[in-house]
Amino acid sequence: MCAQRNVRQSGNETDVNILIFVLLSLLKVVVVTVIFLTAVAYTVLLERKLVGRIQNRWGPSRVGPFGLLQPLADGLKLFLKEDLMPDAVERPLFILAPIIALSCALISIGVIPFGENIRWHGVDMFQIADLNIGLLVILGVTSIGVYGIALSGWSSNNKYSLLGSLRSTAQMISYELALGLSVIGVVLRTGSLRLRDIVNVQNTHGMLSWNVFGGLQLIAFFIYLTAAFAETNRTPFDLPEAESELTAGYHTEYSSMKFAMFFMAEYANMITVGCVATLLFLGGWSSPFGHLLPAFGGPIVQALLPVLWFVGKVFCFLFLYVWVRGTLPRFRYDQLMGFGWKFLLPVAIANVMATSLVLAFHG
Amino acid sequence: MHLALFLIFGLLCIGGALNLLLQRHPINSALSLIVVMSSLSVLYLLLGAEFLALAQIIVYSGAIMVLFVFVIMLLNAGEEQRTHGSRAAYLAGIPGVLALFAVLASTFFTLRTNLGSARLGSFLVSTGDLSRVLFRNLLLPFEVTSVLILVAILGAVVLAGKEQ
Repeated sequence: MCAQRNVRQSGNETDVNILIFVLLSLLKVVVVTVIFLTAVAYTVLLERKLVGRIQNRWGPSRVGPFGLLQPLADGLKLFLKEDLMPDAVERPLFILAPIIALSCALISIGVIPFGENIRWHGVDMFQIADLNIGLLVILGVTSIGVYGIALSGWSSNNKYSLLGSLRSTAQMISYELALGLSVIGVVLRTGSLRLRDIVNVQNTHGMLSWNVFGGLQLIAFFIYLTAAFAETNRTPFDLPEAESELTAGYHTEYSSMKFAMFFMAEYANMITVGCVATLLFLGGWSSPFGHLLPAFGGPIVQALLPVLWFVGKVFCFLFLYVWVRGTLPRFRYDQLMGFGWKFLLPVAIANVMATSLVLAFHG
Repeated sequence: MHLALFLIFGLLCIGGALNLLLQRHPINSALSLIVVMSSLSVLYLLLGAEFLALAQIIVYSGAIMVLFVFVIMLLNAGEEQRTHGSRAAYLAGIPGVLALFAVLASTFFTLRTNLGSARLGSFLVSTGDLSRVLFRNLLLPFEVTSVLILVAILGAVVLAGKEQ
């Protein structure tokens, strides 16, 4: 049934063997998950290294060459630590919370396309699931992810955790609006919620037709970026885990693998946000030089090159994340709320209206 | 395949709804309601209404229920106490629900030819089709509903402003 549906959506396939479809899909899921989790681990290392350099020190450099095995050592440490279960916690929810956080962070990668629509045995090789409403799926999964943080704070039975999760919930609800409104301009320009369509609109003239430049969505890009920083609880919006006020915020009571799950969820969300920003505003896997670059190498090189562009763009976002963390101080809580509701939201609405007016008269 | 998914999520939906009523702690009830909302969205998806399914998740599970949970956490509401009123609600409620269910089921059954039906997973309504219906044929009801919601928001702001 799944295969049939897939065939009908893609429209150009005649016959897909269901066994091959299932096996290849499983393979895709495994490969993407492994790469994604490795990327999460190395994003942590990237952050520690870069923040180290920003603060004029070396960062981790002892485990392996240039500290490259540090994520392995960290993972082993977290895995082997004793898993403490505080007495006064609400047990089922306490265990459920990190699972919700991590699984929501991992699900969204399933709808993200990494490269051109290249089919092998009728299966799209660079995307796990090509949905007509891919963008909405990402927004929906992100909005469910709030429960991980909200429930962890509540079930911990600890005032710092509760404050942290209350802050986080309020912050995520507030910035979700601006985030949702900022992508409407892009959707208006594309006329589709399918992520592949959104990218295909942007790859005609290289960098010039990216939404951020050619689509005149620079303001939307800024709003998306700011709201995404807030959604992922990163500096300068990391009030949910402000060390100086709340010890560690919502994950104060967590230890060992449960803490690691929150930690991984945060970094996985960073990567997902980077991927979505790349797809929506920076032309996804399309080359910045458009067709100026001659097609070199064989078909395999030509298939993998877009993936490299995509990864490069996402890497720039991760770099930006760390750079911002090393540069900006934390907002005060009222500043955070005021910025979200009184500045970002009106600007996002104005951007939607301006974009739709321009498209109505010139589109 | 579709029937199996329908059965799983339909049962999950009913189970969540029952759990919502039986749980004594408001947070557990709120979480059961989230399960109900999310499994409803899967049922929408099975009927081919993609946009509606995701709107259900984003709006109900993601925004409204987060506010519910937020308020319960903020008020630190404890377990509810059973009173005589709640026993009365049991006695009157269960037959009432059964009667309502019977009426609805018989109505749908008798009118099933007029209502039209949808086969599980047999059609896909694109977001474009949905918005054409919403913004052309049903424009007036749509706008009136948004004005209604705006009035509700203004009312909430006025009520909150009076406190100070």
